[in-house]
Amino acid sequence: MPAPTVRIRPADRADIGDIIDIDAEATGLRKVDYWHELFARYGSARGRQQRFFLVALRDERIVGFIVGETRDWEFGSPPCGWVFGISVRRTERESGVASQLLAAICEDFRRTGVTKVRTLLARDDHLVMAFFRSQDMMAAPFIALERDLTE
Amino acid sequence: MRLQKNTSIALCSILEAASDPARQVVAADVAEKYGVSVHHLAKVLRQLGRVGLLESARGVGGGYRFVGNARRVTLLDVVELFEDVGARPAEGATREAATDEGRGIARVLAEIDETAKAVLGSITIATMLRIVARERASHAPPR
Repeated sequence: MPAPTVRIRPADRADIGDIIDIDAEATGLRKVDYWHELFARYGSARGRQQRFFLVALRDERIVGFIVGETRDWEFGSPPCGWVFGISVRRTERESGVASQLLAAICEDFRRTGVTKVRTLLARDDHLVMAFFRSQDMMAAPFIALERDLTE
Repeated sequence: MRLQKNTSIALCSILEAASDPARQVVAADVAEKYGVSVHHLAKVLRQLGRVGLLESARGVGGGYRFVGNARRVTLLDVVELFEDVGARPAEGATREAATDEGRGIARVLAEIDETAKAVLGSITIATMLRIVARERASHAPPR
């Protein structure tokens, strides 16, 4: 059965409250300052050509969002699209909302001239990783490393 | 990473059945395709049946159907029925494991195991069927 469609448009300042709610539902944290700052960088007209902050609406209610940008030569990689935030209201999951958001941002990435999309996930976040896997994403030729600075 | 024979057969059996859940897959056909004995396969199928992934069908030929949720069951769910991903000897179990060198090596191997678990735990049966379909398309003879 085809997924019911949602309307996808660029995020608006008035959407930030819903976005904070959706993120808090998934993470348990209300990151008010973070989302306002992110909107200032990604949702405003400035720098829009390579930065994308989209929301999905069903019956004019925001049910999900996605954030990403085209980054040039990061980690030595030719320009590619990066998705670094995606979430869908719990009650709207498994109805294709995230798939449609990802498809929309990939279309935006294509318009910037790139041919790849990447993301970075917590290794134990199996649910979100399973979503990206279901969208035909495979392991990228990179390994994320970190070091404890208190050592 | 190498999978044990039973694990590999279990995954292949599930993919065969999940590719068309309405179809009854004949165990003998699967055994023939993957080069295992029907007896060996039957033991694997019983295990998959016990956890509710397969349902056996009685009658002539005897077959089975996939009855799990292909969008939720992951490769790790299946693999862990047959083997412990990343099982390592406990510290102190061997003289080597109790040394700084042994512990250092174990730390690196644990990193590999964690990555393997993340990969297996993020690929659902539905996703795996898509990967199989891509393989099939890329190896199809040109028309």
